[in-house]
Amino acid sequence: MKARYYIVLTAVLIALFVTPLLVAPSAEYSGADSAAEAAISDTGYEPWFSPIWEPPSSEIETLLFSLQAAIGALVIGYFVGYERGKRAKT
Amino acid sequence: MHIMEGFLPHPWWEMWFIIAIPFIAYGVYKLTKITKKIPEALPLLALMGAFVFVLSALKLPSVTGSTSHPTGTGLAAVIVGPAITSVLSLIVLIFQALLLAHGGLTTLGANVFSMGIIGPIVAYMIWLTCKKMRLSNSVGIFFAAALGDLLTYIVTSIQLAFVFPTGTGFFNAFLKFSGVFAITQIPLAIGEGILAVMLFDFLAKYKGQLLDKMKVIKLPQSKTVQETAKQ
Repeated sequence: MKARYYIVLTAVLIALFVTPLLVAPSAEYSGADSAAEAAISDTGYEPWFSPIWEPPSSEIETLLFSLQAAIGALVIGYFVGYERGKRAKT
Repeated sequence: MHIMEGFLPHPWWEMWFIIAIPFIAYGVYKLTKITKKIPEALPLLALMGAFVFVLSALKLPSVTGSTSHPTGTGLAAVIVGPAITSVLSLIVLIFQALLLAHGGLTTLGANVFSMGIIGPIVAYMIWLTCKKMRLSNSVGIFFAAALGDLLTYIVTSIQLAFVFPTGTGFFNAFLKFSGVFAITQIPLAIGEGILAVMLFDFLAKYKGQLLDKMKVIKLPQSKTVQETAKQ
């Protein structure tokens, strides 16, 4: 059954990203890039250039990341809906 | 997770730009060619760009207790080719460098190289290999997307290990950075593989003829047409 196939795939997806939270609930879950940043700063390296603009707070940063995801999801949703609708008509 | 702004000193950052530019130029050339030759492929290009956009915005938790995001470039590489995928990655990386202080303008060349060039090329080669081994399309897409994703972060680790051998040599530095990036990435890569399979299934079902025309898959009908033409 096709539906069951997608249910299984979705369940695996959810399990993949819930498992870490269950296995290591007290971990920091900061970005892997900040871990690399820390490892590099330990060597005494000073970055020679800083971002020309930074989101003023983590809330604004989250907003912009959500916006990025929303734009992408909008296009995907439009495409999928358009193709399905077109086929349903004929 | 891309190399942060200012974290590649001279001459490394210039070097990665020089390496990345020809690929981008070729990608732009391919892009103009495909829009002229197969204009109906344009929505597909937008779709692939959107897929990269969504996936690289999702910071997901991993078993290492840190977060990272997938790339979405593997599926794009299979459908529109690695060269055009380089251009799509460049757009996303510029967006993130300017608006999110994620990645950076000086490290753009290096990040385009890992996410937009090596990842997609490897994904595409894995797809071709799976096809040659007569594995199903779904299996091919899964491995292409998952390993393309993982490779991107392995390349990032190598790029950083070149610059920061951290006193104990390149290999130890590589292990350290890949411990940070690549191990975190494993579950994310599997997730990306699954998502790519789901979207590909949809495309194969609804856009089969277009994918056939773009030589991504072969439809049974066109196969028989070719075979009868040969006889």
